Amino acid sequence: MAEATNRAHPTPRVYWAIALFLAAITAMEVTVPNVDALAPAKVPLLWALGAIKFFIVVAFFMHLRYDKKLNRTLFLFGVIGVFPLFIVVLLSLHAFG
Amino acid sequence: MSSEAAAVEAAGHHDVRPIRKTAMWVFLGSECMFFGSMIATFLLYRNTTGDGPGADILNISFTSASSFILLMSSLTMVLAHHAFTNRDARGTRIWLSATALLGTTFLAGQVFEFTEFIREGLTLRTSSFGSAFYMLTGFHGAHVAIGVMMLLAMVYLSVDGRLYDDRGLNVELVGLYWHFVDIVWIVIFTVVYLLQV
Repeated sequence: MAEATNRAHPTPRVYWAIALFLAAITAMEVTVPNVDALAPAKVPLLWALGAIKFFIVVAFFMHLRYDKKLNRTLFLFGVIGVFPLFIVVLLSLHAFG
Repeated sequence: MSSEAAAVEAAGHHDVRPIRKTAMWVFLGSECMFFGSMIATFLLYRNTTGDGPGADILNISFTSASSFILLMSSLTMVLAHHAFTNRDARGTRIWLSATALLGTTFLAGQVFEFTEFIREGLTLRTSSFGSAFYMLTGFHGAHVAIGVMMLLAMVYLSVDGRLYDDRGLNVELVGLYWHFVDIVWIVIFTVVYLLQV
């Protein structure tokens, strides 16, 4: 990865801190469905917490934050491409019929 | 250009490492679409349970523990990569082995979960929900199993003193694959388990 890196990668201490943060978010995710007061916001909250975990792992553990722009673009193309694909799959299975 | 890359060029060879890494990112991007289509299918059929059991049989507590294990395997993987870049072969071996162990624990949990569900009447043929559930989580499990095999191959290369030969797979590429398996599970855990409670 050194040839593609512009900035230094985090230290092990930072990795442990990130892992603790991810564990805390997981605990929140498991708690949300069991709290009645959060029921109206359950779906957006769970999506938001999942998205935070997703992008933290991609940015810091996969080092995409420090990677070449080409690699970032190629991967994000796949991630963003999921949404039109969702629509195509749902249309082809007559989800809106 | 790094000194290693310069040495490779000086020897009359092209340094293909950046190309391999870019190819891995392209592969992972395409895998996003692969799992995306299966998640869309699951969302469509999540209520089509027929006479069989539905999402009520999902054990959130158990799967939360499995998710935590897989999440921590990403930590051990990144620590393995850190040791690898510092040319710490022993540290790399220890963290790779820890990652493989956590991955195997996750797989054992999945086998236990599937066995319980089959006992409760949810099979691949029971309903569209069952098919979509097993296809999605089963394919993810297959990816984890392949990842564990690649991790063990890295441990073997390390023991054999060939960890830094840098031919084909290396710790960085295996790490990217492993973290990807983790982020896919983050989405599956949210969509298949938490949103169905």
